[in-house]
Parts: sequence; C-alpha cells; structure tokens
Amino acid sequence: MKHIETVETRDMAVSAVKGGCGECQTSCQSACKTSCGIANQACENKDAE
Amino acid sequence: MIHQYKLNGYNIVLDVFSGSIHIPDDIAYDAIRFLDEGKSEDEAKAALRSAYPGISDEDVEDTFSDINELKEAGKLFSEDVFREVTMDFKKRVTPVKALCLLVAHTCNLNCSYCFAAQGKFKGQEKAGLMSFETGKRALDFLVENSGTRKNLEVDFFGGEPLVNFQVCKDLVAYARSIEKEHNKNFRFTLTTNGIGITDEVIEWANKECYNVVLSLDGRKEVNDRFRVDLGGCGSYDRIVPKFQKLVEARGGKGYYMRGTFTHHNTDFTNDIFHMADDLGFSELSMEPVVTDPSDPCALTEEDLPVLFEQYEILAKDMIRRKRDGKPITFYHYMIDLEHGPCIYKRVSGCGSGTEYMAVTAWGDLYPCHQFVNDPEYKLGDIWNGVTAENIRDEFKLCNVYAKPDCQNCWARLYCAGGCAANALHATGDIHGTYEYGCELFKKRIECALMMKVAESKGDC
Repeated sequence: MKHIETVETRDMAVSAVKGGCGECQTSCQSACKTSCGIANQACENKDAE
Repeated sequence: MIHQYKLNGYNIVLDVFSGSIHIPDDIAYDAIRFLDEGKSEDEAKAALRSAYPGISDEDVEDTFSDINELKEAGKLFSEDVFREVTMDFKKRVTPVKALCLLVAHTCNLNCSYCFAAQGKFKGQEKAGLMSFETGKRALDFLVENSGTRKNLEVDFFGGEPLVNFQVCKDLVAYARSIEKEHNKNFRFTLTTNGIGITDEVIEWANKECYNVVLSLDGRKEVNDRFRVDLGGCGSYDRIVPKFQKLVEARGGKGYYMRGTFTHHNTDFTNDIFHMADDLGFSELSMEPVVTDPSDPCALTEEDLPVLFEQYEILAKDMIRRKRDGKPITFYHYMIDLEHGPCIYKRVSGCGSGTEYMAVTAWGDLYPCHQFVNDPEYKLGDIWNGVTAENIRDEFKLCNVYAKPDCQNCWARLYCAGGCAANALHATGDIHGTYEYGCELFKKRIECALMMKVAESKGDC
C-alpha cells in the first residue's frame, strides 16, 4: 500500500474463536488497584492467535 | 467505528472492533475522516481534491484503493460482531482465580488519601489481622472454586500486609504444599509501603512473590506530603533505601514502583523521572488519586489539560529513553498488540465479583478491595462461599455492552468498561462510568498506541 501502513495487531475476530481460556491475570491485580485497564494484560495462551 | 488522532507527528487510525492500527499519510488520514463523517466514496474523493488542490488522480485512486483493501480485510470500518459474546454472560461459569487477601486491617503509615482508610475501610472502627486459619481457608476456597484454572493469583494487601508478615509467610508455605496435588500454580503479589521491609522480607518476597508493588509517590516532598507515619513524619527517607535494596536483589523478577498523584502534584512526570533517574527504578506505575471530589487533594476539571500534557511528555520521553538504550516501563503504557487480551477479556470487565474477590481479615468476601465493608456488596464468606448470588450476577453482567456510556466510546475494548468501584462511587451504580477516569484512560491509550506506532516506524 502506498498511503497507509498497518501495525501488526492481534485479530479480534480470530481471538473470538480461539480465545477465552481465562488463564490471564485479573485486571487490577498487578499494579494499579484503583483503575481498570485490560490493555496491559498479557495473554497466557501461547497457542492462541 | 474508528478513532483517529494526531500525536507526536504521527497520524494514527484505530479500527476499534478489529483492533487494527494504521498509520496513514495526510491524504489517507483525511480520506478516512471524510468517510467516517458519512460521505460516500465519490463525495470523499471530491472533498479530498478540494482539500489538496494539487493532488493527482493517481494519488486519490491509490488512497481509496488502500482504504478499500483494508475494509475488505476487515481492518478498517469493521463491524461490531462481539455483542453476542456477552449475551450469555449470566449463564457463564466464573471460576474464582484471584483473591486479594486483606491480611492486615491496620497500617504503620497514616496516608490521608488512602482509599482503604489505613485498612479500616469505610469507617470500620476495628483494626485487625488475618489469622493463619482464616487465610488457609481462603486459599482452600480459592482452590475449590477455581475449576480448571491453573494460575491462581493471591495478593497480600491491607492496610499494610507486612504488619502481618508471619501469616503471609505461612500462607505461602501452605499454598506451595498443596499446589501440585491440585495442579495449580499460585502467583503471589505483595503490595507494601516499605516500612516493614527487612532482609528476611526481601529474601522471602524475591523467592516467593511473582510481583511486588512498592508504594512511593516520587519526589521526597511529594511522597512526604501524604505518606506519613502516625506521628506525621514523612516516610521517604526510611523506605527508599529499602525499596532499592529489594529491587536490586530481585534479579529481574517483576515489580512496580506504584505512586499516586493528586491535585498537589499534577506535574507527576517529575515524580516518575525522579524514581527513574535519581533512584534507579525502571518499572513504574503512577495512578490518579481516587477520593471524594470535596477533598482538597482531588483532581479537578482544570487539572485535566495539565494531566493530558503530562502523559504526552511521559510518552515522548519514554521513546527517547528507549532510543537511547535505557528504557523504562510505565504500567499504563504497556500494550502488547500482537499477544494482548482476547476479545472475551476485552468485553467481560475486570473480573471483580466473579473471578476476583477481596477477603477481609475476618473471612468476608467482597467483589474487590474497593468494595470492602460496603454492606450492600458483601458477597458471602470463605466458609459458606458466595451466598449473595444476585450481587455476583450483577457483576457477571457488568460489561462494556451493559454500560450505556460505553456504547460510543472508541476505548472500550482497552478498558473493558472500566472500574466498577469507581463507577459506583462516581454515579451510585456499577454500570455507570467515572468520566474523569475515562478521560485520563483514553489519553493514556492514545499515548500508548502512539509509542507503538513510533516503534513500528523504527523511531525508537
């Protein structure tokens, strides 16, 4: 493409098929304790796409 | 839905439902904007020619060719197909996988902004420590209710958990003694103000704790404004050397320096930079204070533009540091775009009240540490389990699609609907939204995505 670059990201639609194992950390546990964000949570499923 | 913005010289387009992030040139950026405004392709092309008088037909056609290619690939103007994921949320089985153990409802500091009121929470008069027997039962409750989940998280919290260090140690030893037979992997986190750190604590925490969260607000004068002992003396000089010793001995295991900023230090990047440059810490978290708006330390509407600028300063400086080979981590700027959360995680909320619960020293269960001692939100106890199933169901159903204010928000798949406790305290309803927190959150995500764009462009 000449006018748009795209950053590699996880495909949300694919994750709907193969995701949901629930092994990931709960959102507030690791540092913040007073806000909620899931963006910084890592996926624990190494086989997921 | 898309969200487009310019930051630090980059044009950025987020396609909300696919999670795709694009870096268009100026022409494509405007073309996408015209389409998003509802223009047809022909109207958008005409608008583009009007906006760029010298533009060639080839550039116009190539731009829309790029856009259409992304649309066909489901990476631009993609549809929301995830609502149905939440339809059966009430029926879903929600194993408990994390507990916040309030092992000490007391503290050896007296920080006036503490949302936990030094461990007493919501005006409770009695202080107290969790007994080993209660903690042991809490761990058994977790194992019994965790289903097939292997990773179980336990946070030693309070109050100040090191006031009850022996019980923390004994509970870890107990967990280690049962985890293999149950095919579980306990991950412990210690959140501490640092006063009680000793060589023994350091050795234990670095051996047993997956993560440690060390509370420090930054510069000495900032830290000591609130983080004082019962005699009113600041804690900075006592805790910093202990934190440095602990982190040095940690050997690369996870930790966070966790600060709180208030109306009194809206220039909080100086506190982050102090912790990085003067104290040598690299894993950093700095949170906006959560308090009643009438509190003098509460953040104000007038603070917002200042805070936005601070987040930008931080993001740009982190790019510079990475480029210079001395990166730091800021909790809210950690985004793994390729291996981050799946869509289930992104729509189902933080897990409070379902997968995550707080346990008081007396064994009562609450949806999270911020609900402790609110009688309307007591879930049950560790002996009888969750008896207030209506409350648990309410949390099961509390997700981004259940929150009216989230429906048109581009950031909803990054916050999962936000903090239920903050929503309750701001609006009286866990389905509400804490708008001030949302504004800060959206700014942080914009900055975090910008940093990823810079990385992909090879600028850091």
